[in-house]
Amino acid sequence: MKSRSRLHVPKASARPGEAPDFSYVHLSPAGAIPRPDINARSRDIAFLATELVRVLDDEGTAVGPWHPHLDPADLQVGLRHMLLTRIFDERMQRTQRAGKISFYMRSLGEEAVSVAQCMALRPGDMLFPSYRNQGLQIARGIPLVDLMNQLLSNTRDMCKGRQLPVCYHSKAGHIFSISGNLATQFPQAVGWAMAAAIKGEDHLAASWIGEGSSAEADFHHALLFASVYQAPVILNVVNNQWAISTFQGYAGGEQRSFAGRGPGYGIAGIRVDGNDFLAVYAVTQWAAERARTGAGPTLIELVTYRAAAHSTSDDPARYRAKDDQEHWPLGDPIQRLKQHLIALGEWSEERHQALSAELDILVGASWKEAVTFGTMSDGPKLNADLMFEDVFEEMPQHLLRQRASMRAERG
Amino acid sequence: MANMNMIQALNSAMDIMLGRDPSVVLMGEDIGYFGGVFRVTEGLQRKYGEHRVLDTPIAEGGIVAAAIGMGINGLRPVAEIQFADYIYPGFDQITSELARIRYRSAGEFFAPVTIRTPCGGGIRGGQTHSQSPEGIFTHVCGLKVVMPSNPYDAKGLLITSIEDDDPVIFFEPKRLYNGPFDGDPTKPAVPWSSHPKGQVDEGHYTVPLGKADIVRSGNDVTVVTYGTMVFVAQAAAATLGLDAEIIDLRSLVPLDVDTICSSVRKTGRCVVAHEATRFSGFGAEILSVIQEECFWDLEAPIQRVAGWDTPYPHAFEWEYFPGQARVASALKAAMEVA
Repeated sequence: MKSRSRLHVPKASARPGEAPDFSYVHLSPAGAIPRPDINARSRDIAFLATELVRVLDDEGTAVGPWHPHLDPADLQVGLRHMLLTRIFDERMQRTQRAGKISFYMRSLGEEAVSVAQCMALRPGDMLFPSYRNQGLQIARGIPLVDLMNQLLSNTRDMCKGRQLPVCYHSKAGHIFSISGNLATQFPQAVGWAMAAAIKGEDHLAASWIGEGSSAEADFHHALLFASVYQAPVILNVVNNQWAISTFQGYAGGEQRSFAGRGPGYGIAGIRVDGNDFLAVYAVTQWAAERARTGAGPTLIELVTYRAAAHSTSDDPARYRAKDDQEHWPLGDPIQRLKQHLIALGEWSEERHQALSAELDILVGASWKEAVTFGTMSDGPKLNADLMFEDVFEEMPQHLLRQRASMRAERG
Repeated sequence: MANMNMIQALNSAMDIMLGRDPSVVLMGEDIGYFGGVFRVTEGLQRKYGEHRVLDTPIAEGGIVAAAIGMGINGLRPVAEIQFADYIYPGFDQITSELARIRYRSAGEFFAPVTIRTPCGGGIRGGQTHSQSPEGIFTHVCGLKVVMPSNPYDAKGLLITSIEDDDPVIFFEPKRLYNGPFDGDPTKPAVPWSSHPKGQVDEGHYTVPLGKADIVRSGNDVTVVTYGTMVFVAQAAAATLGLDAEIIDLRSLVPLDVDTICSSVRKTGRCVVAHEATRFSGFGAEILSVIQEECFWDLEAPIQRVAGWDTPYPHAFEWEYFPGQARVASALKAAMEVA
């Protein structure tokens, strides 16, 4: 008798040439999962880490105890932010293909994560994003021109030409600088939250990483410190199933949900339908109330799907099944909120098209403005002297000398 | 003025800063209730409370990351890494994050974190409790790197580091915690109370970063050194009867190039000494700077004294340590060429 192998190698459910198969994704019916009191102990609510909180059913009706009963006007704002995020993404993708920017990363299919979560938080709450959270910037009202200036590394670039495209920051918007290294922001957010508690302020911190980068030690450090000090923080794992070509099983997702890591640390872990605007909002609101009232941190796993390539340098046709996104069981977040608003009598196809056209114009006008501040090939350029600034608060002697050498080199 | 060893002087610096500035917090393994394995934070949690002086999990990466988060939220954290040998789990957070937050955010965000960590050998620490990794950090853009050699400087430099808005890696040569050490382990230990630098102002004062100290003026040869090797170099030069100029760098980044070069221009001879390993060590940088700046003033090749390029062995500690004999032969070599 042949003994079974003692080395398990995770296998994606479908690769190119195979039929998409999402049977591995555990789904709960909409409205089926109880909403516990915010003071519940993590051990008593462990079911939240295995079930899936959903509010919108297949008909677009909001059901169950997690229904956040948002005003339709707020839902319309959410829809607008998501649609703007998508249109902005599409336009920047085309712009990269046209050679106007060097690199871009779309958040197609994941718009509800950033937009609904940001809307459930307060403006003074500090956000520690990853690279696919542009919806946070948009929902916080950062002007598109500012984002485009960063993508262009032009004379108005908030990063002064030092960062890869999409690594935005906004001090005024309370959005921390995106690193470009993965997962490092997760434990930093916990430290920020600890400081808020030490200072006696009621702000909280929220951070996002992908399920792939939850494999880094920083994830462990974040959960550990959040647990030890019961820091007012919301730690979000955006499980979009893919880390470039590596499916979520390689981050340990085959054996346990990512939300399930929470209870292991004594932290509430909750799994939510990441494409359900209402569910994402409700779960984030619950976690924020916990953090704000001293009931402790929450780990949220947002179950979603990376509908686009990892980045403009990536081609998922080489490693994913064709048309897989169309088979994703949780649908498209924009379509689902739109369907819900139409069912409420608060939206229509006509209004949707009009909004879409309006946002197209906004994105186009913003781009026109941004390029006046310079592009990679034309217009005003950043002064290369800026390279030497902000390494230290004051420029030390060796950098002063190197700056002089660079100037001499350039003639 | 009071008699203090380096532990007491460092404690005094943090005590003063905790008292003056409510944004200063201390964090690290065993530093709170217990006061630290070397007692450097003794009594501070009792005095300032558990929200100001935090015991942490054994997770250097987490300690540094949390300190960064606190720093960008307006606190001024002083994190202790229990031994410099343990700093590597925090390396990514130090080099990729802490060092570059100001740069990558064009000055909008910064984290004024000081990382204190005991370094160096001569304490029977073996290969995991004896390292001097300062050269790894001097190579990282955006970090200031400090190493005092005595109680007076330790306190003033630590206060300056805490008040500095840039991140500082603050190395404490643990063999010098209790007294100046001339490199001879067979001699009885000398306490700081017998040394002028053990006389420490009890109040607030600063010692600037980027300013070296001429420990002894002389005309025969310049010895550029820091940390543990300051007293070893002095003893070796005295034994040889040389009129050596001994320079204690105190801070490696920023580096006081002017003090080093004016001395070498005067003496024409130079020995560079550190306890850290030789290959790609910080001494190589000093040598480069000297030959770039004052090659034509040199009377002889610059000599380098360092730990051997091996891990720090437990059983052969004194064969490994760059003691007086190694310094003396470098001094002789520097003096040989007429």
